[in-house]
Amino acid sequence: MKKLINKPEDVVTEELQGIAAAHADLVRVQFNPHVIVRADAPVQGKVGLVSGGGSGHEPMHGGFVGPGMLDAACPGEVFTSPTPDQMLDATKAVNGGAGVLHIVKNYTGDVMNFEMAAELAGGESIEVQAVVIDDDVAVQDSLYTAGRRGVGTTVLAEKICGAAAEEGRPLAEVADLCRKVNANGRSMGMALTSCIVPAAGKPTFELGDDEMEIGIGIHGEPGRERMKLAPASEIVEKLAVPIVEDLPFESGDQVLAFVNGMGGTPLIELYVIYNDLTKLLDGRGITITRNLIGPYITSLEMAGCSITLLKLDDELTRLWDAPVKTAGLRWAA
Amino acid sequence: MAESEQASRRMSLGHDDVLRWIRAFGTEVDANKEQLTQLDAAVGDGDHGINMQRGMSAVLVKVDAAGEEQDIGALLKTVGMTLVSTVGGAGGPLYGTLFLQMGMAVAGKDELSPDDWAAALEAGIAGVQARGKAEPGDKTMIDALIPGRDALKAALAGGASFEDALRQSADAAGQGMRDTVPLVARKGRASYLGERSAGHQDPGATSSHLLLEAAAETWGEPEQTG
Repeated sequence: MKKLINKPEDVVTEELQGIAAAHADLVRVQFNPHVIVRADAPVQGKVGLVSGGGSGHEPMHGGFVGPGMLDAACPGEVFTSPTPDQMLDATKAVNGGAGVLHIVKNYTGDVMNFEMAAELAGGESIEVQAVVIDDDVAVQDSLYTAGRRGVGTTVLAEKICGAAAEEGRPLAEVADLCRKVNANGRSMGMALTSCIVPAAGKPTFELGDDEMEIGIGIHGEPGRERMKLAPASEIVEKLAVPIVEDLPFESGDQVLAFVNGMGGTPLIELYVIYNDLTKLLDGRGITITRNLIGPYITSLEMAGCSITLLKLDDELTRLWDAPVKTAGLRWAA
Repeated sequence: MAESEQASRRMSLGHDDVLRWIRAFGTEVDANKEQLTQLDAAVGDGDHGINMQRGMSAVLVKVDAAGEEQDIGALLKTVGMTLVSTVGGAGGPLYGTLFLQMGMAVAGKDELSPDDWAAALEAGIAGVQARGKAEPGDKTMIDALIPGRDALKAALAGGASFEDALRQSADAAGQGMRDTVPLVARKGRASYLGERSAGHQDPGATSSHLLLEAAAETWGEPEQTG
């Protein structure tokens, strides 16, 4: 294992100390239990947005805390759900009297821990709603599985709901909006290499030099199929066609196209992917009106990418364009 | 002879006995950390052993600090709350709930009869099912816990000694654990694999077997005196 770390067991704590030092203007960091909170929280009268998940996906979620996006993020151990005491502290810290929305990625641990946290918050008379993001088309959705995983759409939901909360919209509306983003977003990812969880010290899975895994999860969970490496244009087809056909996205639709790097893939390759994606969508009459390209929901040093498409309307476009000021995403009006 | 026979027949569990079981479970988790992690890497995300070890280490610090002031119900609740706040993943809420519900079932007690132990286990498992919504055959910890619970109750009802009932409980949990190998997972991260999850032993069922095995080994030996 070659990593820029001191001790595997200190990675998360030392990362958080680094974030606290780097972004004191945006956030404050609470330790034991670990919570990253917007510097000016709680914002009175504003719905608080809390998300969280295992560490190792940076900048998600801690890098998205700030005006126009999340009010707090709960970082777990690497690839491990955070715990209810973190989520309860985060919920209390951001409650400005208008209630709190939990944005939860659909993983068994995340869902159960957030459920326990919501029960605890309810016991302290804080109104909490939770929306579960489950946008990964690589996983069959059925009664016999844990359901689809939450991946790229999470970033888009946090940005869009953050803008709506900033406008002062009530909890029920922000939650409905989050469900709308989830209902209109679809994703799929792929890996060229595995990743190494610091505490484990060795690759999560084995992948041959000439192989790739299509439909990979963001924790290295196996996907749909393992196959021989192919040109970028074919990889885009493998990812985008199932996404387009699942919603389905149709001719005349306007979309936000999000090409995400898994952590070990350079931007030059993500733009190659984006180029092929524009051709594929052009051919189907689908127009990209907004885009996001870069590593925003990563899997440590995994090489690979994911594609997310979100069907846009005027409301979603306007909220996407609204100003945001976080370590990971930042633009002015 | 009469004396040693009496010593080998356990009729109840005290605070110390429960603490010894919790320590034994911690030792089992330590010893099997690599195996739990490898089983989890095959079907999940490879952190079950690491997470359970972190949780049980925290538990041992907590129960040492609490001393013997607590009744058994409070002791079990301390274990549960500590696991909930340190394990994370799915194991945290599930094992946390198991111990919390066990603690509530025996709240205020300083001594547990075999039937109290069975009732605590039953309440804990009901809590796990309410939290995780898993049914038998879903390839989860439930597949070890439920056979363990049923064997314990059947043995006690049939007049077996507590030691024998605990041994039968642990063995049934072990069988249930091995029986998860051919199953297709329907809950948790392993369910994403679909048919590919068959052929692997479930890591949660494996740690749950360790829990009941620790009880049989800790309490199955002649009571220590002095």
